[in-house]
Amino acid sequence: MAVKAIDTYEFEPADKAENFHGACVIYAGWDGHLLFSSPYAWPLPPDLPFAHFIAGPMAEIFGQHPDWAGIDWNSAVWTRNGEAFVPDMQAGIAANGLRHKDALRFRTPGLDGLNGAGI
Amino acid sequence: MDMPVTKKKKLGLKERYALMTRGLGWEPSYQPIDDIFPMDRFEGIRIHDWDAWEDPFRLTMDAYWKYQAEKERKLYAIVDAFAQSNGHLTLSDARYINTVKLFVNGFAPLEYMSHRGFAHIGRQFRGVGPRVACMMQSLDEMRHSQTQIHAISNYNRYYSGMAEFRHHHDYLPYLQVPKSFFEDAATGGPFEFIVAIGFAFEYVLTNLVFVPFISGAAYNGDMGAMTFGFSAQSDEARHMTLGLEVIKFVLEQDPANVPIVQKWLNKWTWRGVRLLTLVAMMQDYMLPKRVMSWAEAWEIYFEENCGALFRDLARYGIVMPPCVEQIRLERDHLSHIAWCHFYQARGTSDFHVWLPSKEDMDWLSAKYPDTFDRYYRPRYEYWAKCEAEGKPFEATAVPMQCQVCQIPMMFTEPGDPLTLCQRHAEYKGEQYHFCSDHCRDIFEDEPEKFIQSKIAGHEVFKGNAFRPGTDPTAEGFNPAAEALAFFRIEHGRDNGLHNGSRDEANFAMWRGLAKAND
Repeated sequence: MAVKAIDTYEFEPADKAENFHGACVIYAGWDGHLLFSSPYAWPLPPDLPFAHFIAGPMAEIFGQHPDWAGIDWNSAVWTRNGEAFVPDMQAGIAANGLRHKDALRFRTPGLDGLNGAGI
Repeated sequence: MDMPVTKKKKLGLKERYALMTRGLGWEPSYQPIDDIFPMDRFEGIRIHDWDAWEDPFRLTMDAYWKYQAEKERKLYAIVDAFAQSNGHLTLSDARYINTVKLFVNGFAPLEYMSHRGFAHIGRQFRGVGPRVACMMQSLDEMRHSQTQIHAISNYNRYYSGMAEFRHHHDYLPYLQVPKSFFEDAATGGPFEFIVAIGFAFEYVLTNLVFVPFISGAAYNGDMGAMTFGFSAQSDEARHMTLGLEVIKFVLEQDPANVPIVQKWLNKWTWRGVRLLTLVAMMQDYMLPKRVMSWAEAWEIYFEENCGALFRDLARYGIVMPPCVEQIRLERDHLSHIAWCHFYQARGTSDFHVWLPSKEDMDWLSAKYPDTFDRYYRPRYEYWAKCEAEGKPFEATAVPMQCQVCQIPMMFTEPGDPLTLCQRHAEYKGEQYHFCSDHCRDIFEDEPEKFIQSKIAGHEVFKGNAFRPGTDPTAEGFNPAAEALAFFRIEHGRDNGLHNGSRDEANFAMWRGLAKAND
């Protein structure tokens, strides 16, 4: 619905891709690991290989969890904005078809948090 | 010279009140009234008879000054005595001071926003009665903001995290939650503002803000905060009644108003409860001496009081907002989710955090038997182990945030406490994310408004959280350190863990000096 206003009410989205100096904002959260209170956000170069995204920014945070070291990335299950997604580890963020402000989630079957309790 | 003596009878309060309100209005003769009051129609609210407005309080300006001045004298006498006797050293525990930090950074600036909002709408209603009522409330809100800042300024002389409360309110990521809440209300039309703040906030939610903070202050020996709470309480009672009067007046004027008001009640109940997450956390985790649990406060002040209120409004066709179902499901999770978040995101806060002690956790288990031990205790025990090993757990990455409430996406799916909740929408080729169905509904009702949200993490990425003159291309540029400098947070002093903080050490030292001879 349109905003009821006293005059024309139209604005540019504040977070359009071009406002991020060439970076593309990607969110990622690790399902079944609530030690991390939310997914996180990173401004990534569009040509950053997906594997480097995992090994760099994601590992810096998620690597604190004892499950991280044991992840078999071939069996990780990903979603993008709630829909199935299969990343190409060697391809870049853009080449993987990822868009600015896409929200990724991944599940690591067999690794279900501290004592398997989802945390 | 002889003065003529007029033997006029003194006016009664009622007559004086009529002259001071209705009597001050007039019918414009050379400008169309719609041009004079251009803002009270565009929202679609139909008012047929502004004179049907019943003032809940017949307060004239002179009576108002008299009452407020009297309260002010009492308040400042106590605040001064508290300051002069080093009252801060009689607090229950140094951790309590973080409650005060949360209050002055998160809440006092909202009182000021409220002052501005009511001053604005006090100009916009064409009815004289509501205009006067809004003006009075505007003055109250300004006074609340001032007295809160004055009372808390005593702590600012000794402890960190309060000196930059204005700047922090404007820029610090977690404080964008309360700030954006009020900006959303203040940029609505006058009726939405008064329903949002006057009703949903002052009426439905104010007890859940005031009781925890002010009883918490009393329980923990904070005479200053307790006194400003009492000093504000009679005003709050007036605001609650005004909020209710507004809603009844609007609903009685035209049946077409009912769906509009219902939509606002749905929206603002949800937005208010999301904002109360901070209060829930404060109540369950930040008060060294506890008053009652969040869940208990919720039962009394929402389920009982507001339930009765909504039953009362049922005769106009108003129903309980649908979000209440989810709110009930979240009741036993809210404070824990929030404290877990603040614990790990402590790098960008302006107050200190700590892990609940064994005794704290036992109390939490008793108050939350269905949730605490199963979902939250394991996190604290793990983090305690990390701390003991000298490797405290901290998430330094930028959290993903909800486009509407701006809270990090930390809430779990209703009924599934082990899965984080995420909702998604597209608008004009851009995508947006939400913490809940209700925040997404609010977005989809007015997308053009919320695409303007200043999402704190994104502002950092866009380079808007650096001081002027900063060169992000310079060698060795550290964006996180630069952002903290912009936020005016001194890392390790204003943020981080309470244990080992300067505030903790100073409090212990000063209290020791006050109690011993050397």
